[in-house]
Amino acid sequence: MDTTSSLFLPPAGSTIAPEVDALFNFILYTGVILFLIVTLATLWFIIRYRRRARTGTTSGIAHSTPLEIAWTAIPTVLILIVFFWGFKTYIKMNIVPKDALEIKVTGQRWFWTFDYPEGASSTNELVIPVGKPVKLLLSSKDVIHSFFVPDFRVKMDAVPNRYTITWFEATRAGEFNLFCTEYCGKGHSEMIGKVKAVSEREYADWLEAGSRAGEGVPLEEYGVKLYVKKACNTCHTVDGSASVAPTFKGLFGHEVFLTNGTRVPVDENYIRESILNPQAKIVTGFQPVMPTYQGLVKDRELDALIAYIKSLQQ
Amino acid sequence: MASINYLNEPKGIKSWLLTLDHKRIGLLYLFGIMTAFFLGGVFAMLLRLELLSPGKDFFDADTYNQLFTLHGAVMIFLFIIPSIPAILGNFVLPLMIGAKDVAFPRLNLASWYIYVFGSLVALYSIITGAADTGWTFYTPYSTQTGTSVIAMTLGAFILGFSSIFTGLNFIVTIHKLRAPGMTWFNMPLFVWALYATAIIQVLATPVLGITLLLLIIERVAGIGIFDPAMGGDPVLFQHFFWFYSHPAVYIMILPGMGIISELIATFAHKRIFGYKAIAFSSLGIAFAGFLVWGHHMFVSGQSELAAMIFSFLTFFVGIPSGIKVFNWVATLYKGSISFEAPMLYALSFLILFTIGGLTGIFLGALSVDVHLHDTYFVVAHFHYVMMGGTVMAFLGGLHYWWPKMWGRMYNRLWARISVALIFVGFNMTFFTQFILGAKGMPRRYYNYLDQYQPLHGFSSVGSWVMAVGFVIMAVYLIHAIFRGRPAGSNPWGALTLEWTTPSPPLHENFPQTPKLTHGPYDYDTVTAPMT
Repeated sequence: MDTTSSLFLPPAGSTIAPEVDALFNFILYTGVILFLIVTLATLWFIIRYRRRARTGTTSGIAHSTPLEIAWTAIPTVLILIVFFWGFKTYIKMNIVPKDALEIKVTGQRWFWTFDYPEGASSTNELVIPVGKPVKLLLSSKDVIHSFFVPDFRVKMDAVPNRYTITWFEATRAGEFNLFCTEYCGKGHSEMIGKVKAVSEREYADWLEAGSRAGEGVPLEEYGVKLYVKKACNTCHTVDGSASVAPTFKGLFGHEVFLTNGTRVPVDENYIRESILNPQAKIVTGFQPVMPTYQGLVKDRELDALIAYIKSLQQ
Repeated sequence: MASINYLNEPKGIKSWLLTLDHKRIGLLYLFGIMTAFFLGGVFAMLLRLELLSPGKDFFDADTYNQLFTLHGAVMIFLFIIPSIPAILGNFVLPLMIGAKDVAFPRLNLASWYIYVFGSLVALYSIITGAADTGWTFYTPYSTQTGTSVIAMTLGAFILGFSSIFTGLNFIVTIHKLRAPGMTWFNMPLFVWALYATAIIQVLATPVLGITLLLLIIERVAGIGIFDPAMGGDPVLFQHFFWFYSHPAVYIMILPGMGIISELIATFAHKRIFGYKAIAFSSLGIAFAGFLVWGHHMFVSGQSELAAMIFSFLTFFVGIPSGIKVFNWVATLYKGSISFEAPMLYALSFLILFTIGGLTGIFLGALSVDVHLHDTYFVVAHFHYVMMGGTVMAFLGGLHYWWPKMWGRMYNRLWARISVALIFVGFNMTFFTQFILGAKGMPRRYYNYLDQYQPLHGFSSVGSWVMAVGFVIMAVYLIHAIFRGRPAGSNPWGALTLEWTTPSPPLHENFPQTPKLTHGPYDYDTVTAPMT
């Protein structure tokens, strides 16, 4: 199942991937042949006609109509094939099947949010059913990002103030890397998520569980999960090292210095405000780059995150 | 060298800084542009060093982002665009067409000062918090980032004028100052290439100027043009930017192709195959190059129709480039081929540019580009065309005309060792990046997944091999200026006019206006003695 369809490409994981790979391979092999023709001819000529002594005049050949027609016509035919082939698959990539499951994708520095039709949502982990077309409606909240899953051969920019659309259908279950491929600043290379392709049944269970997330789990334990799930870990470490943002380790209960020259104690309300309105207070030495989580976290989730950060105090 | 030539008369620093002699201005450019090349190279080495392994090796993400922006912007705007026209074009164009100077010597000097001023403004941004936008300055990131975007874009804006002035100067020079008897189809192909380049410089550069100015206005005055937060359209910026920057890659490659035609004819000692095909394909590329900018935007959400048209036209820019390659190879047939350093650069160019061109086919194909866009595959393709193509041609030209510039020859053995190191190092560095990109490694990543480490590591090692080659080159070239063996007027036995005057040439190039007695590549009827 995990067949590598090309020497260089990652294993195919979507319905469109084999079509892309077929053209990739066609160009690769034709290109290798053309390259060999050019290189071997060059090699042959420079060895055969290397300068042996002081030279006088040389041959005046400067034209060959059949040859010139051939090396214009043959590449033209080849690129026309490549053009139509590439265009055909590209159109397929852009025509979304009618029965596709629609998921809203939002990029922002530096994480992805996914909103599912049934009201569930997730961060940095896109869960989708195998064997069902999935339509992505993309946009961005700040700068341009780009949604790229190498195994699916799918890529589309997420642009602020406009929607872009793409779709794919996963052909096998598994976890696939999701990269941001439009440069978006300091955390660009950390904006890596996962696409989790599961069976339709598991997908339904996951949606169901999503609406009951965190029930019956102690707040602190739930907070550990949310720390990753809400992508706090992109910028905040828990081991004491400074990254894009202050570390959570030993944060709670201490005072932080703000850019406006004041000091505030880190308590429950400070953390709540920092999550919902991050620009209100900026700790010195850090850039005001955190996006607001207003509308992205529920009250119980806030409680859980606060409990987790509390647990990291020393 | 007791003889009087352009280097030793008149004397004094003032006579250099206020010179109107195209050859001296060429050397002033040589000094400025090689400084930029050195800086851009240092930035590149630092990037490869950081990418040796995932995570933080030497500096943080902000510094890395500033470095790749500096590397790109310095290499493109300060080095590659001016390199061949401003250094070699300035030096040899009037010599090649038998003229005393360019048409507007004062404008020529002015364009050098503009180049220096623009470069300083761009480099000033390093002190004020270097821009971290990438050399493409995409909005809205470039509108919102706190770094010194204005200094960098203003620098590029000013540099544009230098480029326009040089182009204008060359167009008029080629039209008006050719020696008696030099018809259009008797011009060396390097002159044709400079002519095609100059047309793009004059027509496309103003669009970049306008675009960068609009970006500056948006940042300074808060007028929404590109930033959606102010009601602008970020994708509009991409259209504007590539409307210049795609033709700009032809500003970079066309003069290189011109040099290759000279080198191959000279060192194969052979009439060039398909002179007119090569000349017209330069103009064809210059024209068609204006109509393909949208191929940078296949996944930006532009309409499928636009994508289709841009893909189609893109392939048709490939044809004239292919024709040139076939003509160069055919020129070797039945030649008398010598392997001097400039020829080794030309042969390297043939191989590397062919790879660069063929990998462009992957990116022009719509469906395949969706996967490869903004990955290392693009980085590799771009470097194969720009470094494997333009820079190899530039270095070949530099080695070809170096004895003409200084009247002295460099050490030919060290030159061959250096080109071999650069060729091997280049392929180690960049061929790996095709594989990285096909496997999904995105570009402009400070950090990366472990699975990409072996290829990244190999690529970094390649950059060190290349660096050794460049250090050797710097040493023997500079050594040649002071201690090199005196070179005669025509060390390669070439037939173009610049080889009929002493090395280094006189102040106004020729003792008297040269008369054309043969074409530039009449190796079937004429033999020039090697002196």
